[in-house]
Amino acid sequence: MNYKLIGKILSFILFIEIGLLVPPLLISAVSGDTNVTFSFLKTIALLAAAGGLLYILTRKSTPRMYAKEALVTTGLSWIIMSFFGCLPFVFSGVIPHLADAFFEVASGFTTTGASILSSVEDLPRALLFWHSFSHWIGGMGVLVFLMAILPLSNTGNGYTLRILRAESPGPVVGKLTPKMSSTAQILYLIYFGLTMLDAVLLKCGGLSWFDAFCLAFGTAATGGFGVVNDSFMSYSPYIINVTTVFMFIFSINFSLYYLLLMKQFKAFFKDEEKRLFLIIVGASIALITWNILGMYSSWNEALRHAAFQVATVTSTSGFASADFDQWPAFSKTILLCLMCMGACAGSTGGGFKVSRILLLMRNAKRNIKQYQHPQGVEVIKMNGQRIDEQTIASTNVYLSVYVAIAIASLLVISLDGFSTETNISAVIACLNNIGPGFAAVGPTANYAGYSVLSKIILSFDMLLGRLEILPILVLFVPRTWKKHS
Amino acid sequence: MRILIAGSGKVGLELTRLLSAEGHDITLVDRKQSCLQSAIEKYDVMTVEGNAASLDVLNTADVQNADLLIATTGLDEINMLACITARQLNPRIHTIARIRNPEYKDQVYLMKRDFGLSLAVNPELEAATEIARLINYPGFPKQDTFVDGRVEIVEIYLRNDSSLVNRHLYELPNIIKCQVLVCAVLRDGKAVMPSGDFVLKAEDIIFVTASTNNLHQLLKNLGIVTKKAKSVFLAGGSRISYYLAKTLCGEGLTVKIVDRNMQRCEELISLLPKAMVSCGDVSNHDFLEEEYFEQFDTLVSLTGLDELNIVLSIYGRSVGIPQVITKLGRADSLAMLEKLPVGSVVCPKELCANSIVRYVRAMQNEIGSAITVHKIAEGQAEAIEFLVDDTTRHTGEPLKNIRTKDNVLVCCITRGSTVEIPNGNSVFRKGDHIVVVSNGRTVIQKLNDIFEDK
Repeated sequence: MNYKLIGKILSFILFIEIGLLVPPLLISAVSGDTNVTFSFLKTIALLAAAGGLLYILTRKSTPRMYAKEALVTTGLSWIIMSFFGCLPFVFSGVIPHLADAFFEVASGFTTTGASILSSVEDLPRALLFWHSFSHWIGGMGVLVFLMAILPLSNTGNGYTLRILRAESPGPVVGKLTPKMSSTAQILYLIYFGLTMLDAVLLKCGGLSWFDAFCLAFGTAATGGFGVVNDSFMSYSPYIINVTTVFMFIFSINFSLYYLLLMKQFKAFFKDEEKRLFLIIVGASIALITWNILGMYSSWNEALRHAAFQVATVTSTSGFASADFDQWPAFSKTILLCLMCMGACAGSTGGGFKVSRILLLMRNAKRNIKQYQHPQGVEVIKMNGQRIDEQTIASTNVYLSVYVAIAIASLLVISLDGFSTETNISAVIACLNNIGPGFAAVGPTANYAGYSVLSKIILSFDMLLGRLEILPILVLFVPRTWKKHS
Repeated sequence: MRILIAGSGKVGLELTRLLSAEGHDITLVDRKQSCLQSAIEKYDVMTVEGNAASLDVLNTADVQNADLLIATTGLDEINMLACITARQLNPRIHTIARIRNPEYKDQVYLMKRDFGLSLAVNPELEAATEIARLINYPGFPKQDTFVDGRVEIVEIYLRNDSSLVNRHLYELPNIIKCQVLVCAVLRDGKAVMPSGDFVLKAEDIIFVTASTNNLHQLLKNLGIVTKKAKSVFLAGGSRISYYLAKTLCGEGLTVKIVDRNMQRCEELISLLPKAMVSCGDVSNHDFLEEEYFEQFDTLVSLTGLDELNIVLSIYGRSVGIPQVITKLGRADSLAMLEKLPVGSVVCPKELCANSIVRYVRAMQNEIGSAITVHKIAEGQAEAIEFLVDDTTRHTGEPLKNIRTKDNVLVCCITRGSTVEIPNGNSVFRKGDHIVVVSNGRTVIQKLNDIFEDK
């Protein structure tokens, strides 16, 4: 394995993280909170030392990267990002325990939005900003950002595609343009543009710029950290509706927006994954509205809350405009199913991904047909393109590994004595990067009650979910670290 | 530039490698998903699956916005059709097709005129030309051509008894009696950019720039006996053999072609009445003896099997054939062969890819980029050809007044048909082609990069 190249890319990641810590540092300096300012400065100094040392040791690397290196780089960079990212919380004493802080920041970077804090309102403003900003960084992925700005990919080397594949969600990841750097730039421009639009619209709804940006970061990355304790419950219908729309926008594949920009409207409207997504979402909203009608004064209000909750759960954001833990079982079951489904591939959302469900459904259909008609030949297509058997096989494997990890995590965290509903929803909410679950981890509660072991397990579930299992899983396979394998 | 490459075979992939490294936007089109998959994981490119001659596939590959289509699929007809279709969709596009069937060779000019083909490349013909040149100038293990074949950089190994040993470089013109310039010296495996008072030693390998017309004189005056080959043994009756035998027979050499396929032998003898054609297996020792194998001056191993070519060439060396040339279909194994006595190696795929890359560079000429780039001195130095244009600085100034960067040497100026090996008083003007040599440490991308001042 090419350790030097991995180290070099990791050192770049550390340098980028320094840059990302500058906005919260400025905010803390302006608000005059010296304790927090020093905690940011300490973190930056540590990052500079670690990054500089790593860079000096690895600057003479060969640009050879194969599949394994790409996976390991991706997995490691997210772990070290989360580790250094949680230091400001530890140094400032806001979250004194390292495992708690790691959970909180991993939850930020992986756009989960699960929290151990009982009151976000008490956070210093700079840390609150960093809390939400970590969502935005993690939403599109920091390695994709690295590819957009660094000439890593300009050496004519294709290994960058492996990184894009490892970091971007979905069963099939392709480029928009021949050059990886321009693909990454386009993705970031779309991401940036839509985030700004969201922030401006929220500002128009009467929020302060600070709140508008923090919420826009959480929405764009489909993260879920709010700026007040009751998430969206006290906001006006306008803000709830704007956020609903934007959560849906951010859970659709970003390459479709590129098609829109390129004026290829036909391809945009014909996308099968988006169509299935909209059908499922529409049906869920209708069913939940009907189910909860009795709880709200008007039909209008029930629809608004149903739509918001469906959006927050399918996009895997994890905001809440109502305490959906109080809803009838039927609605909660729908939400639980939607939690597992997640958003579309190539979006900032997490979960199992609609396109994988589409592939599994078509594969099941093919298998049933083959039982009835053994000689029949069929291929599986998506958007008119044949999906090769390798992709279908790996989708099946993904499902089984995903279930296995969920069960293993569930067993461990069950030791802590919470109810089964709490535990199941906690694992599902972390693995799918949603955030709040039901009962003791519901929208008005938090994860503080879990033990250190459970918090570490759940933190890794978040990373596994965000990076779609493999990049984190390979780190724990002994074979990865063997010399000739 | 936006470039579409149709066909991800040997040449297609080599082009992808070279052109994506130069920063072009490459889209690769092929019918086989598996080939595309391996390409996209190796290079920074985009891929489209399908037949490159079809309208739909070309549209998907965004032919409207492409600057160049290179069609190198296995079928000449598909290549031509792809180029014609692409031009219908986008009249501005340049098209390059690989056309390898000898039957089409003479109608290439028609295709260029009527179908708007910008360039037709024939790897086998290029390989045959290259091999013929190696046979005609056997003194140089390696030579690189510039300015449409008018300037050469050749590699010469100095033996103990060479007349150049212990001489200063400035004495060179008196010994050789023609204009040459030593642009690099490889001593103990290290490349040196020499100045006038550099003293040559035995076992140096020197790289000499000279006009192609002066090559014979250079060899003669150096005392390198250029006993020109009189008989050539061609193992394998491929298309390269055909082109090569045709050239060599035309020059009056004795040519023997050996192939194991009777039908092919009959075809060859009817096309090449002056050549000798035998049918048999070149891996059979007794058969080779029967064909007086060891009495030939030159062996060219041209069979379709790289491994057989290598074995045959090594055997040819061991029985004392003076000149051995090996054709390799795949360049992948080149690095493993460096130390083996296989003689000069010719790789049609690389030659073909290089001539296409040259065309691409020429297309970009408006921005002053390199026309030809060759690595010399075991890859430690680069010889680059540039066209002097309006943006070039210091035109019309004598070279002695221009400060160039360290380790950069202007080693040839070509104006029209005259080739000048420059001295301090030489000047270059707009429209000249100049060849500069730099060691790999100084990056030269545009001509203006060679000057020290900004």
